[in-house]
Amino acid sequence: MADVIADGHTAPAGTQEHETTTGLPSTKLAMWIFLASECLLFGALITTYLLYRGASRIGPYPNDVFDIPYTSVSSFVLLASSLTMVLAVAAAQKADLVRMRIWLLVTALLGMTFVAGQVYEFTSFSHEGLKLGTNLFGTTFYVLTGFHGLHVTVGIIMLLALTSFSQAGRLPDDGGFSVEMIGLYWHFVDIVWIVIFTVVYLIPTGPPAVK
Amino acid sequence: MEQSTEMSGSKGAVRRPSATTGFWSWFTTVDHKKIGLMYGASSFIFFLIGGLEALVIRSQLASPDQHLVTAAQYNQIFTMHGLTMIFLFVMPMSAAFFNYLIPLMIGARDVAFPRLNAYSYWVFILGGLFLYSSWFLGGAPNGGWFGYPPNSTTDPSIGMTFYTLGLLITGIASSAGAVNLAVTIINMRAKGMTLFRMPIFIWMGLVVQFLLAFSLPIITVALVEMLFDRRFGTHFFDPTAGGDPVLWQHLFWLFGHPEVYILVLPAFGIFSEILPVFSRKPLFGYQFVAFSGIAIGFIGFGVWAHHMFAVGLGPVANTAFGVSTAIIAVPTGVKIFNWMATMARGDIHFDSPMLFAVGGIAMFVIGGLSGVTHSIVPADYQQTDTYYIVAHFHYVLFGGAIFGLFAAMYYWWPKVFGKLLSEPLGKIHFWLFVLGMNLTFGPMHILGLQGMIRRTYTYPATLGLTFYNRVASVGAFLIAFGVLVFIVNLVKTARKPRGLENEDPWDARTLEWMTSCPPPAHNFDVVPEVHALDEFWHRKYTTDERTGELVRIPAGGAPDDDPGHEASGRHPIHLPSPSFWPLVAAIGLPTIGYGILYSWYVVGAGAFFVLVGFMGWALEPSVAE
Repeated sequence: MADVIADGHTAPAGTQEHETTTGLPSTKLAMWIFLASECLLFGALITTYLLYRGASRIGPYPNDVFDIPYTSVSSFVLLASSLTMVLAVAAAQKADLVRMRIWLLVTALLGMTFVAGQVYEFTSFSHEGLKLGTNLFGTTFYVLTGFHGLHVTVGIIMLLALTSFSQAGRLPDDGGFSVEMIGLYWHFVDIVWIVIFTVVYLIPTGPPAVK
Repeated sequence: MEQSTEMSGSKGAVRRPSATTGFWSWFTTVDHKKIGLMYGASSFIFFLIGGLEALVIRSQLASPDQHLVTAAQYNQIFTMHGLTMIFLFVMPMSAAFFNYLIPLMIGARDVAFPRLNAYSYWVFILGGLFLYSSWFLGGAPNGGWFGYPPNSTTDPSIGMTFYTLGLLITGIASSAGAVNLAVTIINMRAKGMTLFRMPIFIWMGLVVQFLLAFSLPIITVALVEMLFDRRFGTHFFDPTAGGDPVLWQHLFWLFGHPEVYILVLPAFGIFSEILPVFSRKPLFGYQFVAFSGIAIGFIGFGVWAHHMFAVGLGPVANTAFGVSTAIIAVPTGVKIFNWMATMARGDIHFDSPMLFAVGGIAMFVIGGLSGVTHSIVPADYQQTDTYYIVAHFHYVLFGGAIFGLFAAMYYWWPKVFGKLLSEPLGKIHFWLFVLGMNLTFGPMHILGLQGMIRRTYTYPATLGLTFYNRVASVGAFLIAFGVLVFIVNLVKTARKPRGLENEDPWDARTLEWMTSCPPPAHNFDVVPEVHALDEFWHRKYTTDERTGELVRIPAGGAPDDDPGHEASGRHPIHLPSPSFWPLVAAIGLPTIGYGILYSWYVVGAGAFFVLVGFMGWALEPSVAE
């Protein structure tokens, strides 16, 4: 069958024989271009944060509200979800559907834990007097981390949808290719968090004391 | 719904699917040609609206001390004129040609993601309507197309909130389209269509898609920040809280300058296609033209601060950006010389497409030269925010981009509709445009240097600006008359019966002319295998070895003369099936937009639409069984 249309959203471009010019599945290429574009989105947001770091006229300032151990734990949870995502992809490639669904669910759960942690963090900061419009720190902090949280949330929705579609047998190639694509997105969002965590949480605490 | 188009047996007879015709099929179509047509028709309507806004501006300025509209209305009208022409006409009209032509020119049956393509269109048109609904909901955007804060963040009317949301929505459309078309060009080329056998229009298309993919996220962030400042009390651009309005300018122009090339590179591609055809010579220095387009794409990200020389960035920054601005003129100049060399000693035919192409290049050169004067920082201090700037960018955008788009309309009209536009009317249209635009924008150079500030609502008679303003207003009505002639041409042509005497009316060079006019849903009965740049030309002509003259190959160029793909041609061609999910998912976005303005419940409803739309989309196979 010469299926010349590579609509990768449902057509399993990764497994079916598609005659693409580069040999890469079109969906994968599209995902990489999309992620490259996302780099500039987060790049501009992080730049804004850095530009305004220390520019707030009134408190609370980062050191007043940050709970580094707490956020470190939730960051660890998010990074751990990259590992479970890799396990899901590996299971999908072995066509082990049960394991794949389990790891997808675990990834989604870890993601939800992270988002819940963020919601809790935002609430407690808000109680300590840091609101969106309080100062430049509140402005830049909530918009940057909120944008990232939104990306994680979209990822969770995709993971849950993928799991339930797989359970219902609605994925054309057992989902292997879709899992890989959503995995790319998920890892990207995790990597962005590493940058945000470093820039936002670790830098304001200052360099470690020199011995 | 049975949608696969079967090619039965060896005769290659094609049964057209019935469910892809009729009024409602336009709402579910995923055919790149139909989507291209919808882009074209919608953006042409926006062009007319934007043109009417321009006429109001020119009427208001035709005489001193006029009050045709109030100052507040005037602010809305010039802002909407700019937004409409840039985001709702030139960009989507370019998208129309890219959509229609990219698959045909690279030998593909559709774009890489047909439903995403439909989604891009619906998001664009709904975003445009969303922006225009502001007229009825408390006032249109009034802060100019670049919306500088703190003016735009503190303005109490709702207009600039519509600006942020409207541009965010149309930005999503362009981003999705950019990824789609870039992947199409990279991954869907016919056998033998190597990168350096691609038509220059495709090269420029590729550069534009990457410019979009890398510049839109930057303005997305800027718009979100402005939206939050206006709606949720943040302080991104609020100097009283330590924020910096100049950050907006950096983010905006870091998008805004690549945007200039997003607007004009499609026209460069169009010129590069039309000149060789009507000069009956190959494009001079093809690789130079391709590489200079890529160079423009890269350097385009490094010149943004020349929009901000008067802001006070300091001599080092101003000098650096002045130099980079002068440098970007080099690859642009390379193209101009290549086009001239293409025409040199050619057998030139001045049909309407050629007239618009040559006229467009000439007008663009004038705009390019005034652009180089901006790179001289002290001179730019005098020019900033005057009518000199207005003159400059209308020469490049009206002269370059819009002439290019009209050249493309005359050139590809027979391809798309199977009918030629009237030549005499086309020539009248062209001369009205040339005369009109030079009368309109030429005097603006003088007005600007005399100190007339752009966005001036009205001016007193004592300033001595009356004469040139009146000339400019007369010119604007000449342009409008030219557009009327074009519309008459469209109506006259629409009444003609379909069918061309010659399916290759211009003696063209590229793949899209190797199929019928208009092309069938599947584009090519047999996708041609490409052996050379200007493949179609090489199939029609050969060089006589003794005399060195071009000789027509007998019966060459017929669409079905290449049996190379015999084997694969026998397989059924599966076209993607129509889908209403892209429309559902697209409706969610303006709904969210209205929700942010009025109620969180509406945001929830919009998010629900998006979610349902994408879920339905994901569960639906791209080709119906």
